[in-house]
Amino acid sequence: MPGQIPVVDYLVLGDPPHLQARMCAQCDALYFDRRNACAHCGRRDFTWKALASTGQLRGYTQVHRAAPSVPVPYISAIVELDGGGVVKANLIDAQLDDITPGLTVTMTTFVAGVDDDGTEAIAFGYKPVKEQG
Amino acid sequence: MSSGDIWIIGASMTPFGRHDDKDLIDIAAESALDALGDADVTIEDIDILTMGNVYEANSHNGQRLQKQIGQTGIPVYNVVNACATGATALRVALLSIKAGESDIGLAVGVEKMGKGGLIGGAAKKRDARKVYSPNGRYGSVLKTEGILGTGIMPGVFAQAGTEYALAHGVTATHFAKVAQKNHAHSVLNPLAHYRKEFSLDDILNADVIAFPNTLPMCCPNTDGAASVVVVSDAKLKTMDPDVRRRAVKISASVLTSDPWVEGGQVQPDVSTLTRNAATAAYEQAGVGPEDLDLVELHDCFATAELIHYDNLGLCEPGGAGDFLDSGAPWRDGKTPVNVSGGLLSKGHPLGATGIANIYEVATHLRGEAGDRQITGAKVGLTHVIGLASACAVHILEAGVR
Ligand SMILES: [Zn+2]
Repeated sequence: MPGQIPVVDYLVLGDPPHLQARMCAQCDALYFDRRNACAHCGRRDFTWKALASTGQLRGYTQVHRAAPSVPVPYISAIVELDGGGVVKANLIDAQLDDITPGLTVTMTTFVAGVDDDGTEAIAFGYKPVKEQG
Repeated sequence: MSSGDIWIIGASMTPFGRHDDKDLIDIAAESALDALGDADVTIEDIDILTMGNVYEANSHNGQRLQKQIGQTGIPVYNVVNACATGATALRVALLSIKAGESDIGLAVGVEKMGKGGLIGGAAKKRDARKVYSPNGRYGSVLKTEGILGTGIMPGVFAQAGTEYALAHGVTATHFAKVAQKNHAHSVLNPLAHYRKEFSLDDILNADVIAFPNTLPMCCPNTDGAASVVVVSDAKLKTMDPDVRRRAVKISASVLTSDPWVEGGQVQPDVSTLTRNAATAAYEQAGVGPEDLDLVELHDCFATAELIHYDNLGLCEPGGAGDFLDSGAPWRDGKTPVNVSGGLLSKGHPLGATGIANIYEVATHLRGEAGDRQITGAKVGLTHVIGLASACAVHILEAGVR
């Protein structure tokens, strides 16, 4: 059983996997990296917030031309998470034609690479939530 | 007018394109000397030199330029501010004049873009052994570009465009129309990198870079320089009548950076700082979008131009698609936009772009734009945006002397 590590430390590999952000104690602004102070209000106290796994797609592109190490094409999406937070990740299991205004998406994880010790890097992406028939 | 006004008395732009036979300073010197000549002054007359350049910014290019065109001991400021570098260099000269330290300034912007472009180069060579360990501010264990979406320029501006499209119903065809217009405009500009028309089908069917932007919807790699000579009101009054007649007033000069917005850390917000800059500039100049005879705005990608119609108040909120469909931003429309060909066709040498936009508008206001002249142009606006993050808006007015 190989080990797993998240590709970024704001992805928490739990059950279920989810994103977490630093939240400004004063104004609730959310950040994925450590902050010297809040970029919104300047305060220096932060707490942690677990983010929702569902949200709405706000913007996207399908990338066809990239640096040689990046496989193309892929769809990049900006997702507004339910309950707060905006995240950028790949839209997976979807085509451009599936994208509609306000498309609801849900987070999923996948193996983005394996290192020489067999450790898997786990990344996250979003897939459309199919309408209930 | 008030004694606080600043005037452009000389402006120049080199041909934009590939200049493989010239180095950065050759191109800068050509443009600087042309601007001095256009202003009917010499380097001996200049009180302050500002130099905008991005990729070679640690080379003291202002001083290197002086060694080629005149070392007169004046203060030199080397300026870098992403794609707003040239416009920022102009502002440094302008602020010095406003502060009363200088009467006359020369602002130069120059760039040699090389072949790398805005997509990014090859990955660095890997270590022999790959072991994941968290690194940097986000604790990443590998390069996340392409895994957690895209953060490079074509993708960022594509996502800004589709965000507008999802909210306001514009289509991929709308974005292609922007490129069709700017390429058509460039045919009239002898200084443009490309001077070739494309049909809408050509543009929509070209190689996709980052949907919806195809190749003709992305700015090319371009070398070039642009320069302006600016003077105080008092200084202008002492100058030759012919210089005064051709002088162009800088009615507003504004620079902004990104204010905090939710999500700004994952997707640069190219709109709020533009809206803020435009609002301040209209206020400063006492003119509105309806008064503009032409606009040179930052169309690094076709998607960017469309959303800036809205950000600059050229259309009703949400109405950029209708504005474009009406023909308004074409050179014979209500508010001609990027009659130079824009960055898409004229080219985008980062450090030069902000001053090149000023050159274009000033040339029309002087009635000297030749085949591409917007007849009777009196007021124009220039806009550049750089990530991350700076936005400069200038409003220029024809002199009334
Ligand atoms: Zn805060």
